[in-house]
Amino acid sequence: MKLQSKLIVRTLWLTVLPLSLTLLSPPVHADAVRGKAAYVQNGCWGCHGFEGQGGIAGPKLAPETKPLEYFNAFVRNTRGIMPPYSEKVLSAQDMADLHAYLKSIPKGPDYTAIPLLNTP
Amino acid sequence: MKQPKDNQPTDNQPKTGRRQFLGGVVAGGAAGLAAMQTAHAAEPKPSAPSATRPTAARAAAETAVPADLGHAGPGVPGSDFMVDVIKALDIKYIPSNCASSFRALHESIIDYGGNTKPEFLTCMHEESAVAMAHGYFKITGKPLLTLCHGTVGLQHASMAIYNAWCDRVPVIVVGGNDLDAAYRPPGVPTFHSAQDINAMVRDYTKWDDTPVSLQHFSQSFVRAYKIAMTPPYGPVAISLDANLQMAPAHLHEGKMPTIPKLVMTSPPQGDSGAVQEAAKLLVQADQPIIVADRAARTPVGIALLVELAELLQARVIDQGNRMNFPRTHYLSTPPSAIGSADVILGLELSDFWGTVNAYTDNNLNDGHGSQSSRIKPQTKLISINSVDLNTKANYQDFQRFQVVDVQMAADAQATLPALIEAVRKAMTPERTAAIASRTAALQKAYKEDGVRTRTAAALGWDASPISTARLCMETFDAVKHLDWSLVASEGNVSNWPNRMWPMEKHHHWIGRSGGYGVGYGAPASIGAALANRDLGRFSVSIQSDGDLMYAPGVLWTAAKHKIPLLSVMHNNRGYHQEVMHLQRLANFRNRKVNLGGDMGPVGTSIERPDIEYHKLAESMGWWAKGPIKEPAQLRAALKEAVEVVKSGQPALLNVWTQPR
Repeated sequence: MKLQSKLIVRTLWLTVLPLSLTLLSPPVHADAVRGKAAYVQNGCWGCHGFEGQGGIAGPKLAPETKPLEYFNAFVRNTRGIMPPYSEKVLSAQDMADLHAYLKSIPKGPDYTAIPLLNTP
Repeated sequence: MKQPKDNQPTDNQPKTGRRQFLGGVVAGGAAGLAAMQTAHAAEPKPSAPSATRPTAARAAAETAVPADLGHAGPGVPGSDFMVDVIKALDIKYIPSNCASSFRALHESIIDYGGNTKPEFLTCMHEESAVAMAHGYFKITGKPLLTLCHGTVGLQHASMAIYNAWCDRVPVIVVGGNDLDAAYRPPGVPTFHSAQDINAMVRDYTKWDDTPVSLQHFSQSFVRAYKIAMTPPYGPVAISLDANLQMAPAHLHEGKMPTIPKLVMTSPPQGDSGAVQEAAKLLVQADQPIIVADRAARTPVGIALLVELAELLQARVIDQGNRMNFPRTHYLSTPPSAIGSADVILGLELSDFWGTVNAYTDNNLNDGHGSQSSRIKPQTKLISINSVDLNTKANYQDFQRFQVVDVQMAADAQATLPALIEAVRKAMTPERTAAIASRTAALQKAYKEDGVRTRTAAALGWDASPISTARLCMETFDAVKHLDWSLVASEGNVSNWPNRMWPMEKHHHWIGRSGGYGVGYGAPASIGAALANRDLGRFSVSIQSDGDLMYAPGVLWTAAKHKIPLLSVMHNNRGYHQEVMHLQRLANFRNRKVNLGGDMGPVGTSIERPDIEYHKLAESMGWWAKGPIKEPAQLRAALKEAVEVVKSGQPALLNVWTQPR
């Protein structure tokens, strides 16, 4: 390989690799407050409830939120009842923020601690 | 009824009927005016008095109340006879919005009939009137009659009639119409007339008629009642000519019209061979599942279903369009169990295809979505469904086509005794032992399902707006010590009442609308509450916001007629079914959905301004409170509202809730 070609390849690597890493790696800072806003603005609440509690239209998202990798893979690629959210509709930053919001939702009381639910 | 001979006018009575009388007023007025003009033009004659004393006959003609006023000739008004027919069928109420095309019958009901059995209930929309009759039937098992203008009124009523049709509920709809184009009043009454008013609802009524004589009316009415009340039940329509109501009853071949004796038709029962085949399959099954939708028409239906399920140790999925099976029974099971079945017995299913198949709206297959089976390929399917006897072509309430192994066009409840008997006969000692061995596992599964359900209900328990699980369980806690009846609720509260309330009696749950025409909940719950009032029960509804706004005038009807109902609002401030559709479509098309400043996509939110339902209800005579946004506020408000309802008034709580 000529020197010129080697330089071109090296230049390309130096340019493309950091760019690729930027696109593939998670955003630096995930914010639960922004995530709550994104949760409302993107209609997540419609099926999963404002607290991620789920219901007849969608499963619970919190507490015990799935890992971010699982979350990303599902939201981007689902072919089920839930429609997929592309990056154009929900950015990587939005996804990270949403995930942070769901993780921030505290675990509520167990049903056995709620008299109205702790019935035979 | 009086004989017309007794009512023949004498010489001293006016011989003018109402139409001629009114015509006479107009003609007389014109003649009088002409006479006055002539009198002004001519010189007065001094010898003539300004007025002469009228003769006794003339004075009587001008001042006495004509003996036949109220109908078009001598004799008893036809509409009085119609009231006799209605009374003969023991119809208790007539929820209706008043209209001139049935004014004669209306007048006869309240004056000749004394406004009792039937009692006229003032409604503010024909859709409300039909839905009230719909709800009433589901508590009492007795149909109501509703009157409406034959055109505009029937147009208003039509969605509610479609709901009743899909829900297999009898409602007798009578539309006033003025058929005689040569003599009917011009203008508005003619706009409100049609050649065949029933045409507009013929696709979703079981039967209709246009009687042209009183005898024809009485036969049609009794026939309509019988048809509506023979399973599968359904609405019927009668077009009632205005002149037939007005005209007097008269002799035909020397006889007055009579009211035919009502002899109810027995419901259709499954063929004995098919019943035996079904029994054999069920007894041999290792995982039989019974799916019931509108199976239990009466409390007897519940008892029969329990007997069959226990005999087979078969789990029961109650799809909830009627109260079919006690939720407290260990054989009660969620819909997800269907995949494990080797034999499925479907009882009056509105959608067998949807029971055993899954449809996913995922934009695949050119936007058609995808579909897949939810059951094992070798699963045997048995159907008992009376609706197979009454399938029409246009409206698609018969749902997707599903091949089954044994199909009986028969009423499920009427067939259950024979099926139970056939199952007993098909039992062998070996199968009896095998079936008995299933019990412990089924009891364990029922318990585990209960824990899962309660765990799910606890999520978001303290959230604001209030979770639907909390809303439903706080409501139940407030009424559980009463003889309660849940008279409206839809899946939009995640079905919590059906999953959590210990429903056991037939009146604990009355099912849904049938055709999913929104606007059913409020009027049907009031109709059911009317029935429960007479039976001494406490009615409670989970009332959706969008549903209430279709025809909120029915709140006034409840207050006016003192119908006690606890209406707890599921106010999620939007049409959430549509929220999800719009979000889905935008995602499929890779677009950010336009919220227009609201929470849901443009056109789906009911906010900014927020509707103050408590003030709306208060303005129409209800006790009301709200908006309640914090769960901690709910218990005290419910307690207060329950006391109000117990005192005989309707009460509404405007509760802000989570979407589902």
